[in-house]
Amino acid sequence: MAEPAPHFPVIRNIGLDGMLVTFASHLSEASNRAALAFHAQLQHLLQDGIAETSTSLASAFVRFDPLCLSHAALNARLSELLHSRDWFEAEMPAGRKFWRIPCLYGTDLAPQLAEAADAAGLSETQAIERLGGSRVRVLAIGFAPGQPYLGPLAAEWNLPRLKALQQVPAGALVQAISQFVLFTGPAPTGWRHVGQTAFSCFRQGGTPPIPLTPGDEVVFEPVSRVDFLKIRGSTTDGSGGAIATEIDTEIDTETDTEIIP
Amino acid sequence: MSGLVVHNISPIASLQDMGRAGYLKQGLSRGGAADRQALAEGAALLGQSPGIAALEMAGTGGEFEATGDLRIALTGAPMVAMLDGVVLAWNASHALVKGQRLILGAAKSGVYGYLHFGGGIDAPEFLGSRSAHLLAGIGRRVQTGDHLTCGPDQGEATGLGLKVSDRFHGGPVRVVPSVQTNLFAPDVLERFQVTKFTRGPRANRMGVEMLSGGGGFTADGQLDILSEVIVPGDIQMTGDGLPFVLLPECQTTGGYPRIATVIPCDLGLVAQAPAGAAITFEFVTLDQALAAQARYGATLKGLKNACQPLIRDVANMGDLLSYQLISGAISAHDDKEDGNG
Repeated sequence: MAEPAPHFPVIRNIGLDGMLVTFASHLSEASNRAALAFHAQLQHLLQDGIAETSTSLASAFVRFDPLCLSHAALNARLSELLHSRDWFEAEMPAGRKFWRIPCLYGTDLAPQLAEAADAAGLSETQAIERLGGSRVRVLAIGFAPGQPYLGPLAAEWNLPRLKALQQVPAGALVQAISQFVLFTGPAPTGWRHVGQTAFSCFRQGGTPPIPLTPGDEVVFEPVSRVDFLKIRGSTTDGSGGAIATEIDTEIDTETDTEIIP
Repeated sequence: MSGLVVHNISPIASLQDMGRAGYLKQGLSRGGAADRQALAEGAALLGQSPGIAALEMAGTGGEFEATGDLRIALTGAPMVAMLDGVVLAWNASHALVKGQRLILGAAKSGVYGYLHFGGGIDAPEFLGSRSAHLLAGIGRRVQTGDHLTCGPDQGEATGLGLKVSDRFHGGPVRVVPSVQTNLFAPDVLERFQVTKFTRGPRANRMGVEMLSGGGGFTADGQLDILSEVIVPGDIQMTGDGLPFVLLPECQTTGGYPRIATVIPCDLGLVAQAPAGAAITFEFVTLDQALAAQARYGATLKGLKNACQPLIRDVANMGDLLSYQLISGAISAHDDKEDGNG
């Protein structure tokens, strides 16, 4: 059953009714951008037999009805699109936002900052400076509604997940493998709980219900415990004190670092 | 509007339909009934669309009182069903009149039982579905004191029954390779296929734990895998190599390696396996999986025609004189009900 490692980019079946176009086995700014750009073009392929599409960190996904559209036919169509250009050279989709989200690092409300700082070889103060100063991209949304994977963070944050799962609350900022996840709701996780926000990733009454979109950029700005509690107590719309501005794609320069596997 | 008031209910009961497709890219999994076939069976018994919402009850049913006349159907994990003290057939449709009390007991086998209403259960839609998605915080559990209201019922037939496939005791489950199957060493994959698993105590609409006497099933670089798209049916290994089969309410992406994926037509069997039931996993080819899926699709399409009038056991009918024994309980025009709801 074991097969040799695939050469990327690669088109593979996932389950009986899914197909995955993967641009790299490791996350980089370029492989994520390639997946987002490829997915944007997939929308033009939608046809009978295709149920829905999505993206992950470095892949685009198609769910289809294999009794209506054969694996061979879908594979051929995806292959044609894949080879129509160099997706690593593609531009980011338009209409992205830049978010500044207030975040409390450490304390009893984010108890694993010290442990993460240790693992990264930093003091807690240094860790807060570096995490709080990182402008990260929403690489993908998944696991729960509106819940972003953000990064890439610098190589010092390439920390493995923990084996034991622990429970974190909604708005928790957790860290592993050079990424953040900002939790939509309370959930078990093997990532370290380094920060706490009052930002709601899924607002059922909100317009739109899911504020973040893959490609958006975010800074989790450090605030004191007192300020965080003030924000949490005073905002009722789920914004958690966040401020969003449109990214002007004309003058935007990519500052994300590549991750060396 | 007619319906049922809930006097007592399973702690894990919620409205479910076929779920909401199209929101995967925003991190929202489809969700919907844990046993899709049971949903389709109830719809066939009531002559309505399989997309209509029903009450899904885990482990045990509840106690209900009719607030008006209505039709119901009972499918999925068989439970002892009593209407005013008289036993009702499972996998069947029945007529209830105002004031009657329906009691659904513990599941005799399987996990998820379904109570369907003629006209469906009316509730607000969110993003095109009435399914509660508990992980996402959409909707909520049905509770004591709730009023479940029927949608407009254009059907009339009751007293129909269905013979259904027994998917309530575990058994062999067919799987296809996943994108991460090749991260597992050949001897681990071999052991996975010959291991007799039992369904563990940790199970919900997101996923079901599989236990075995032997060691865990771990992949190379298990803790450093890039988070990737998850599909329902994926068999995910947690950090200690413990397999979980993911169900319709699973997360949309995740970083734990998937050893294989249960094919869609066998997923109901996994969801319905009660705690302690034996489960084995068998890799099949793509062609074998597609053939099985096609047969499953044909079975669902044939459900409506497979409905037969119930044969009543007079010995079980304590109130024989209250039955309408002459006028047909089955509509002669049930074809016109196609596509209701």
